[in-house]
Amino acid sequence: MAYIPHTEDERQAMLAAVGVRSLDDLYQAVPAAVRFPDLELPEAVSELEVMEELQALSEANLDARHTVCFLGAGAYNHFVPSVVDHILRRGEFYTAYTPYQPEVSQGTLQAIFEYQSLICNLTGMDVSNASHYDGATALAEAAILAYNHHRGKRSKIVLSPGIHPHYRQTVRTYMQGMGLNLVGDAALGNDSAALAGLLDSDTLMVAVQYPDFFGRIEDFTALGKAAHAVGALLCVCVNPLALGLLKPPAEFDADIVVGDGQPLGIPMSFGGPSLGHFTVKKEFVRKMAGRLVGETVDGRGQRGFVLTLSTREQHIKREKATSNICTNVALMALASAVYLSAMGKRGLRQVAELCYHKAHYAAEQIGGLKGYTLWNRGEFFHEFAVRCPRPVADVNRFLLDECGILGGYDLGQDYPELRDHMLIAVTEMNSKEQIDDLVAGLKEVAHV
Amino acid sequence: MSEPLIYDLSAPGRPGVPLPAPDVPAAGLPKGLVRKDLPLPELSEIDVVRHFVRLSQLNHSIDTGFYPLGSCTMKYNPKVNEDAARLPGFAFSHPLQDPETAQGNLALMYSLQEWLCEIGGFAGISLQPAAGAHGELTGILIIRAYHQARGDARRTKILIPNSAHGTNPATTAMSGMQVVELPSDARGNVDLAALRAACDDTVAGLMLTNPNTLGLFEEHVQEVVEQIHACGGLVYGDGANMNALLGVVRPGDLGIDVMHYNLHKTFSTPHGGGGPGSGPVGVCEKLVDFLPGPIVEVIEAGDEDEAPLFGLVMPAQSIGRVKAFHGHFGMLVRAYTYIRMQGKAGMRAIADHAVLNANYVRARLRGTYHVPYDRICMHEFVAEGRWAEAPDIRALDVAKRLMDFGFHPPTNYFPLIVHEALMIEPTESESKQVLDAFAEVMLRIAEEARTNPDILHSAPHVTPVGRLDEVKAAKDLVLCCRPAELGEPAKRG
Amino acid sequence: MEFPKDLKYATSDEWVRVEGKTATVGISDYAQSQLSDIVFVEVTAAVGETIEQGKAFASVESVKAASEIYLPLKGKVVAVNDELPGTPELMNSDPYGKAWMIRVEIADTAQVAGLMDAAAYAKHCDERSH
Repeated sequence: MAYIPHTEDERQAMLAAVGVRSLDDLYQAVPAAVRFPDLELPEAVSELEVMEELQALSEANLDARHTVCFLGAGAYNHFVPSVVDHILRRGEFYTAYTPYQPEVSQGTLQAIFEYQSLICNLTGMDVSNASHYDGATALAEAAILAYNHHRGKRSKIVLSPGIHPHYRQTVRTYMQGMGLNLVGDAALGNDSAALAGLLDSDTLMVAVQYPDFFGRIEDFTALGKAAHAVGALLCVCVNPLALGLLKPPAEFDADIVVGDGQPLGIPMSFGGPSLGHFTVKKEFVRKMAGRLVGETVDGRGQRGFVLTLSTREQHIKREKATSNICTNVALMALASAVYLSAMGKRGLRQVAELCYHKAHYAAEQIGGLKGYTLWNRGEFFHEFAVRCPRPVADVNRFLLDECGILGGYDLGQDYPELRDHMLIAVTEMNSKEQIDDLVAGLKEVAHV
Repeated sequence: MSEPLIYDLSAPGRPGVPLPAPDVPAAGLPKGLVRKDLPLPELSEIDVVRHFVRLSQLNHSIDTGFYPLGSCTMKYNPKVNEDAARLPGFAFSHPLQDPETAQGNLALMYSLQEWLCEIGGFAGISLQPAAGAHGELTGILIIRAYHQARGDARRTKILIPNSAHGTNPATTAMSGMQVVELPSDARGNVDLAALRAACDDTVAGLMLTNPNTLGLFEEHVQEVVEQIHACGGLVYGDGANMNALLGVVRPGDLGIDVMHYNLHKTFSTPHGGGGPGSGPVGVCEKLVDFLPGPIVEVIEAGDEDEAPLFGLVMPAQSIGRVKAFHGHFGMLVRAYTYIRMQGKAGMRAIADHAVLNANYVRARLRGTYHVPYDRICMHEFVAEGRWAEAPDIRALDVAKRLMDFGFHPPTNYFPLIVHEALMIEPTESESKQVLDAFAEVMLRIAEEARTNPDILHSAPHVTPVGRLDEVKAAKDLVLCCRPAELGEPAKRG
Repeated sequence: MEFPKDLKYATSDEWVRVEGKTATVGISDYAQSQLSDIVFVEVTAAVGETIEQGKAFASVESVKAASEIYLPLKGKVVAVNDELPGTPELMNSDPYGKAWMIRVEIADTAQVAGLMDAAAYAKHCDERSH
């Protein structure tokens, strides 16, 4: 039996010490009628066999390593320096538990403190927690914070239609028991001015995305002012990699900045695990959910790190906790800390610029094709939408079969007004040659 | 001697990872939206490697030594799982690529769905929730949605035993429901009389952990379930303690209506220093339509020549998504690998040896440590870390002293219903040798408590840091550091 | 453990000093010892606000516990101790003096009679310790 070390002699000696005759005797308390079910599971295989099986499953997929990829929409194909995975593979990191005993967990604790620091410095915010599951759940936790900040007296949340559809769905799932009114995202055309128009004294929070789902970027300072004028909080969801180039959302006077850290050194992995980062202004630190690492000293005056402000958390506050969250995604936070350290100040800026310039090149080339229209007006980061002359599914079928390219996202699935519109993402992984192939493919499929 | 912070190792101009030069013309940068500075460190690769390797060496981990944290199931994390998850078809697949191009992933998820249902005795399952607490929220929202769909808006209460993990009441509050706490009886079970008194038509359900947080199998579990069902409520099972039940009993067969699994406990996916986990939720037949989605289904049946075609489908009355995309796929690959290597017989063997190991340690410590509910336990048991003859010694002191011997302490101060609780869960991964070594040290510490209490009070002695000032950490909040170049001191709160 | 005789006490461990029409409120020596090192105090009530008997007007946190503080009798807030948030440790060192939390104008003087005297409160604490 895999990973079970007992010999028959040891088993017998242990049963004797416990005072039972057989293993079955250990389960007297279990109702006899339902005890020891005959599970319909396949028989065990060896490590050699299981890897063959998994290899076959892996090869039954296309993946961005073997197929050119222009698909984004919240998960991105980025370069991960080899150093990241080598650190993640250290057993001392990945087989450790949550650092509840700080004396033997300084590695995890300091790494998370550094992650918190890096994210604060990237976003310009005062405090970061040790992470949430992903950007979507981080946004839901932001809504909960805003709700508690107003002591349950306000009931309206304004959401930009530019926020990732999955994030908005997740917020709605989380809040379904709380009787709240979520507005703003039903109309694609609701820009910042329109969202500001929806703010009133019942609004607890307005949330926007930066860059948004369509890659668009804008300055939210005016929206922030409008929100604060009615006492509502401004929450900005970011792509942290974009912050290598773009103005940090703290400059819009954001109260909460969340986002998904997958672009920071985490492979796409069919959507998970990922990394939800969560940062706030200082005044909200005690209302913030999730783990928090703080600096302190030991009895000898030596610096050390501990989980702190635990009284916010479920294991102490129980039903008065603002959230039930127990786990963070510590290993993914470590991945992004290593990524940001390895890339550094110049590397992150370089990557962001490569994405930006390549995407703009692609947009210009595609926009110039007959039958294609660039939907985006104004500034964008590394994603843009184009109206295609044929349904997106047909275009993508052609791109895959004829050009070996994974095409962009079919926006019609989430926004009925954007039928036949494709969302294209370009990253540092896409060479000019690949972009030119995409352009050529798009040109060809328009005529087929 | 502490490891410097990453910012302290930084030097302006240090070259980081080399990147390719741009191969396209430069576009104009967005006006007014470009940041002026970027306060990230500058390090060369060797600095990064040394820093994080040295940090890793400050940790205790399963790969280093015994880790008997009750309720966490710190079993061995197989290395083949890590290789499996990194196969390129898994690691570099995009969640939104056409399902026809991701059939390997969907087949894997479908098999895992089937196997977890079989193991737990459930009719349907979602692999989307990212962790146990996330699965709990999902489960309670499903119960709520079920009653709403029946047109019953009166059911606003969730009954929770006082031995429950803090996530249980926190989850209930988050779902907009009301917590009603139930006492435990003298044998550590749910108090049946109190349960009967609390059951009425305002009860949406009960949250039950079985085995409970004392490591004991609920002696009246079927009565408890019947009582709740009789008043029209549903039973939520906290599956954190599944390790004791694999191949022994299926929670679904006991009448549990909805349950979350912790893949990072029972199914060997690594804890990662605090995540990522994965918390799939299984349900009985009548709750299948309410699962969060999408879930994997067979779109076109296969035959001898062709594999079935799998697709992603949203259940008919789904509570909605609980996160972006499909769930922690990387952890699902690891769990799949583990179940394949354990196989049918392996499930029962895991439970047998987890339960045997816990009872063995309990037998070795009996007489020296008081075990308040001293009967055959499941995969864990709770002892008290205190003695009348050593009035100044607390569970905390025992825990800290254990670190001097290379053991991670058991869970402290949980469950709340035992004084100075030490919750010990060896798991099936440990050999008799390791358990004997642990028992010897525990007995020695008990002796020291009487003869040399100071050595416990001042423990740990051999760890990288001593006991840390948690009061200072909470009062003088220092939660991040800023680089000096920002003109502020190197640290700020 | 100290329970000054000139004060009244609530079962939820607050003390009350009645002076004419005003009541000053804080937490007792028993409460602070249960919480141990207090690191954070937040009085959420504002001057001018009227608070019902039994409603929370503040929250207190130590490293291991968090607690709401309840107003033992209905009143209109006339003063809040501004020094407390900056020096939470006063609640441990001087719970009856410098760590007063709030002062209210008593709305219903009949509620004073429902509070315990020092002896009754001492007994209440004693019972809970076992």
